[in-house]
Amino acid sequence: MENHDENKEGIGGMINPRRYGIERVAYLLMRLSGLGLLAYFIGHIYETSSILKGQVGWNEFLALTQTNEGHAILAIVIAMCVFHTVNGIRVMLGHGGVGVGKPARPDYPYIPASQNARHKMGIYSAIVLAAIAMMYGLAVMFGE
Amino acid sequence: MTLVPSIAEEQASTPLSSAKSITLRIARFNPEHDGERKFMEFTIPYEKWTTVLEAILEVKKHFDHSVAVRYSCRQATCGSCGMMINGKPRLACFTKISELDSDVITVEPMNNFPIIRDLAVKFERLFDTHHKIKPYLIRDDSEITSNEKEFLQTPEEVEQYIQFSNCIKCGLCNSACPTMATDSSFVGPQALAQAYRYVADSRDKGKDTRLKIIDDSHGIWRCHFAGSCSQVCPKGVDPAMGIQFLRGYLLGFRS
Repeated sequence: MENHDENKEGIGGMINPRRYGIERVAYLLMRLSGLGLLAYFIGHIYETSSILKGQVGWNEFLALTQTNEGHAILAIVIAMCVFHTVNGIRVMLGHGGVGVGKPARPDYPYIPASQNARHKMGIYSAIVLAAIAMMYGLAVMFGE
Repeated sequence: MTLVPSIAEEQASTPLSSAKSITLRIARFNPEHDGERKFMEFTIPYEKWTTVLEAILEVKKHFDHSVAVRYSCRQATCGSCGMMINGKPRLACFTKISELDSDVITVEPMNNFPIIRDLAVKFERLFDTHHKIKPYLIRDDSEITSNEKEFLQTPEEVEQYIQFSNCIKCGLCNSACPTMATDSSFVGPQALAQAYRYVADSRDKGKDTRLKIIDDSHGIWRCHFAGSCSQVCPKGVDPAMGIQFLRGYLLGFRS
């Protein structure tokens, strides 16, 4: 529901990747992969805690990851992990002011130096590496 | 004696392209008595140089004078006419209809700003956060009390901050920012970029004071370097760059 008092865009506006280029897509993917990895981390702790039920309980739970659905989820986790790592390095460097250009008198049409080709390459590299890692993971898991 | 055609004749002989027209959709909303936003549609003729602001003023002149819009300089200097134009924050006076490449143009009030009425929004919070970061030179002496006549700077020192002094406080960056979309307490890219403008000024001695102000849970740490602020800035300020440099001081990347 629209909040007229503050006229905030809300979460719908925050996650909309269509208006501001690849940087906003990376922003969305970074958030989604971060949440996904957090969910996986919690699930992983739950899964490993099943060892307290003995070897039978451990094997039963481990069998869940050996299904097609389990493999698909693991492949997505691999992609999220690679994207979050590579893009995270880019963002961390950017946060320190590394590779965001130098201040200069702006000239029309005012191409922002902070959105430079190096950062775009970093984003595309993160996406491509994540896709390659996911495909490799799928090949290993389903290629048996 | 040769006959010189008058200016009026010259203009009349110029083939007009005003046969071209667009549908202008204007968001109408009065928070005092309206429950939800409504859109009114107008068919407006335009030339290749016609701006969105001129189209809105055409509506006010010929169709509905009650449309509320704030504007002043009409040359991207005053920062008054920011609004959402086809879904992106832009200055209406700086956006030509012909460059939008659309037969339908939708204008709405800027996101993340409370609406006064229709296209006019409140700027109080923008100005509050701007004041919060102390947007002036901080030092013990002044050019009046100092023995020096003025505080000299080299061209290189000026270059460090001049880009950021182009800010016209139009609020487009705050409207595009994904953090501003959900966090009402975030100081915002406009104020953070202005904090860097003064921190980077060699005449200023208030760096530690400003860094302390922005080192807050709703301060600079809520910026995630999405860069949308820089993409919509109509003056080439590049707030994202300034914010990352500013954070570089806090993280120890810069000194």
